[in-house]
Amino acid sequence: MQENERQLVDALADMREEEALAAARALLDGGVAPLRVLELCRAGMEIVGKRFEQGEYFLPELILGGEMLEAIGALAKPLLASAPGGPAKTHGRVLIGTVQGDLHDIGKNIVTFMLDVNGFEVKDLGIDVPAATFVAAIREFQPAVVGLSGFLTLAFDAMRDTVGAIEAAGLREGRRIMIGGGQVDEAVRAHARADAFGGNAMAAVALCREWMGA
Amino acid sequence: MGASESTASARYEARRRRLLDQVALKETDRTPFVFATRFWAARHAGITFEQQMYDAEKSADALERALLLLEPDGYVQSLYIYGPTLSALDYRLMQWPGHGTDPNATFQYLDREYMPAQDYDAYLFDPTGYCLRHYLPRVAGAFEGLARMPDFPSLSEWRFVGALRAFGKPELRASLQRLLEVGEHAEAAAQRAAAFARKMAALGFPSAGGGFCKAPYDHISDFLRGSKGCMLDLFRNKDKLLEAIDKVAELLLRGVVEETRAGGTPYVFIPLHWGLDGFMSPQHFQTFYWPGLRKVLLRLIEHELVPVALWEGDCTSRLEHIGDIPRGKAVYWFEKTDLVRAKAVLGDTVCLRGNVPTSMLIAGTPQEVDEYCRMLITKVGKGGGFILDGAASIPDEARTENVLAMARSVHKYAP
Repeated sequence: MQENERQLVDALADMREEEALAAARALLDGGVAPLRVLELCRAGMEIVGKRFEQGEYFLPELILGGEMLEAIGALAKPLLASAPGGPAKTHGRVLIGTVQGDLHDIGKNIVTFMLDVNGFEVKDLGIDVPAATFVAAIREFQPAVVGLSGFLTLAFDAMRDTVGAIEAAGLREGRRIMIGGGQVDEAVRAHARADAFGGNAMAAVALCREWMGA
Repeated sequence: MGASESTASARYEARRRRLLDQVALKETDRTPFVFATRFWAARHAGITFEQQMYDAEKSADALERALLLLEPDGYVQSLYIYGPTLSALDYRLMQWPGHGTDPNATFQYLDREYMPAQDYDAYLFDPTGYCLRHYLPRVAGAFEGLARMPDFPSLSEWRFVGALRAFGKPELRASLQRLLEVGEHAEAAAQRAAAFARKMAALGFPSAGGGFCKAPYDHISDFLRGSKGCMLDLFRNKDKLLEAIDKVAELLLRGVVEETRAGGTPYVFIPLHWGLDGFMSPQHFQTFYWPGLRKVLLRLIEHELVPVALWEGDCTSRLEHIGDIPRGKAVYWFEKTDLVRAKAVLGDTVCLRGNVPTSMLIAGTPQEVDEYCRMLITKVGKGGGFILDGAASIPDEARTENVLAMARSVHKYAP
């Protein structure tokens, strides 16, 4: 990695937003391939993810990391049209969403972010997602893992209903379901009949790694 | 005074005293149990959550039934009686039963950016003017016309009189008209709440509710910047955020002392949203969260009020940093933080409250609840300074037999 490339990775990893954007702009202006710049961003985000795992970074750092990534993506992507290459290989697919009736998305967004930087292909259905929408999305996206998120206590039943709908549609077989959110624990997992629960984003990554052999 | 009434008043006094003594870290005859919930009482009484918010009589009956069943040492009267007020206001910061959410689904705050970052300066220079003319019109329909309100501090001499034209404009007049109606609903709800408290006092149940306050960071996050905006401010607008925290602490404290005293209890509830483990680094917590919150706590304590801080989520890593407040003057209610550990770290400083797990109250058995309460009472209740409650009050979906097991445990087990 060249010195100017290293600058971008370090600035991203160290939460120096202005420097990161300036470094990315300089690389693109200097003719570096936009895909290369996005690769460097991924390298920077991997460091952010590791620091989060190690308890050095917290939610605000992930949010700022996401913002920087988005801003650099907006600079690089218009230049991508003619560039060679395709999407990065992934460890597998994860479908995620906050269950019906619940509008909370912070936990879900962190899990999505962490799965993404760890090489999983994640499709995020958003918040207040009806069971039928999960079922339709499973048919279309064919994920190996489905993640159900919820913060409110009403989510316990909504998770159970979603798991039931997935089963009724014959889509549970060969697929794992994990749940997470502020109140979720083993009792809620049993209530919802999910395969596992996670108390934080790293737990979700560990589960997906285990299940997909990544 | 009849014999039964004197018994009720004796029970009232004993319960009230038991709570106050626990706050002062004194041992009492047994551990007290406080009943607080959002909509469990409604569910138990067979009314919808929407009815709890809109039908004052049914709502009061439901809560009374819950108190007679559980016989708690204190109760927190539901704030969720303000349905008509919120409707008249056309309030946009949350959705509530039947109004954005299902009639039997709890309310939800809408976490959005209501004040853009570039408005910090305007807010800091003149928070009242900013609120009136910019912020409030964004967050409720009834406030929209306030955008036309005159900028009073800028007026003098004949401009002063001329500016009163604003009150002749249809938008402002319509808003003021709507606010008169909002005020009537709010006043009626408050009167009914006071009447309910008197009735319950006569039945022997003291209120453990009272005033309401926030951590300054949470106020900025919940009501102004949104959680994402506020987290980005930790990096992008540090100085402005710190300045706002300082200012907001003063603003939040205005009126709380008088309001709380008028209610007749010393308790000031402070739900804490964004300072928990994982939501910010220890450095951010020490800089942006705790100093502002501590200022609020100390000021309330100076006025002989009892802050009841609900530390939501897991706050284990904060325990060592939140003990520098006067001894025996506040309640820390922990949701997921291990209370045995909290007792070891903070037991000599604050009264602890909590924390029968939400999932256990909903999906567990009465035996599990009983065992958990026994553990809390014997380990955390030892020596005083403990109030038994749910992890985050009694969840709406809790099984009645589980809540009963919790209520009865304080009579079964000695600290």
